[in-house]
Amino acid sequence: MIHSIFTIAAKDFVSELRGKEMVLSMLVFSLMVAVVFNFALPPGSDAIEEAAPGILWMIFIFASVLGMNRTFVYEVDKGCLQGLMLAPVDRVVIYISKLLVNFSFIFLVELMVLPLFSIFFKLDFATGIWPLLFVLFINTLGLAIVGTLFSAISVNTKTREVMLPILQFPVTVPIIMSAVEATSAVLQGQEWSVIWGWSKIGIVFDVVFFVVAFHTFEFVIEE
Amino acid sequence: MTPNVERCAAVSTHRLSKTFGAQYALRNVDLEVQAGEFVAIFGPNGAGKTTLIRILSTLTKATSGEVVIEGHPLNKDSGKIRCKIGVIGHQTFLYENLTAEENLKFYARLYRVKKANDRITQLLRDVGLETRRKDQVRTFSRGMQQRLSIARSLLHDPSLLLLDEPYTGLDQHASKMLTSWLTRLRERRQTTLMVTHDLERGVDLADRIAILVRGKVVFNDLRANVDRSAFRQVYYDLVEKHNRQR
Repeated sequence: MIHSIFTIAAKDFVSELRGKEMVLSMLVFSLMVAVVFNFALPPGSDAIEEAAPGILWMIFIFASVLGMNRTFVYEVDKGCLQGLMLAPVDRVVIYISKLLVNFSFIFLVELMVLPLFSIFFKLDFATGIWPLLFVLFINTLGLAIVGTLFSAISVNTKTREVMLPILQFPVTVPIIMSAVEATSAVLQGQEWSVIWGWSKIGIVFDVVFFVVAFHTFEFVIEE
Repeated sequence: MTPNVERCAAVSTHRLSKTFGAQYALRNVDLEVQAGEFVAIFGPNGAGKTTLIRILSTLTKATSGEVVIEGHPLNKDSGKIRCKIGVIGHQTFLYENLTAEENLKFYARLYRVKKANDRITQLLRDVGLETRRKDQVRTFSRGMQQRLSIARSLLHDPSLLLLDEPYTGLDQHASKMLTSWLTRLRERRQTTLMVTHDLERGVDLADRIAILVRGKVVFNDLRANVDRSAFRQVYYDLVEKHNRQR
């Protein structure tokens, strides 16, 4: 199982390195939104510290949807999903490998955007970088878990570009809440117990939805 | 064909049905493909040919009925069956950003093909793409992609080959190459089930011929019992007759 997961994921990494469709679109979108908010909220204004976690996660969530929309589109358009489904591997292997790829690319874009966001808004992320990375990890994983499952559903609909955010946003409300509040706590230099308290919501979300996705993906992908 | 091979049914369906809502795509299909046999199934659009291939290749679940492939019931041993089948469809299942070699290596890893490099080299040579092995598939013509698709489908040495309209989108030259390839497979006694619109090519290749209309097998006979020159008319008559029975 592990061998097949990494085989599919490695293929997607190589394919993305050549096509650069997913990472580039997420990165450009993130930078554009950051620039727009930089004009709306000039650096040094009082509103920035309060709004920054919300803006940051809004960027990450919309960018992740943009990227995850591509997850199965490429497979379906070229008929390759059938090729994967014909291989003697469990359907859930396809899900986990796609989850791994989605998570890696979203997290990579977040790591690239974070320093730029810090420069644009004159925010100090360096002080609480480890708690911040922890918050990013937990909540990005949640977005990828749900987004990978829903992108498999939306890819077979006519309005697939619109369908993913419509399906995903209502479900990810707990993640958005956990992510924004925990990031806010990091930026305000609050104690670890506060950050951990909010992050627990993200962790529970990740576990619950991974179990749901694990058991439902086969039905989602088959017909 | 050896007598030993003749006794063993590679594919057997019994009262196989598939519905989409109230619509029957397949209706009580009974079909047997013997090991080493090349079976061509003809039928008009919407006859259920692709649905049959999708069920046999484990991509779609049947609504009712039984399918046994190489002794394995499809509803219980789909994993084992996937190791034994190769599928060539309308689409090539190839990744355009990857090279020909990378595509085959990827599938070889999924199928856990032993001595994969040797096998890939041999197959690329067989389909005449050895010199293009390092080129990305996006640079290939449709015919070349289909040849690579043949190599992909044979990579794990499947005992059953399922072909779904393999001539779709091919020019005359590529079609001729595909025919010569299928002829070689037939000579090697590769068990093959092909669904196609192409009556002449199908009749020339097949050991057994079946016609599917509105989800039902309305004709099933050995190629040796079929008059090639009269077959087109037989086909049209059967399709018209069964289409009238709406």
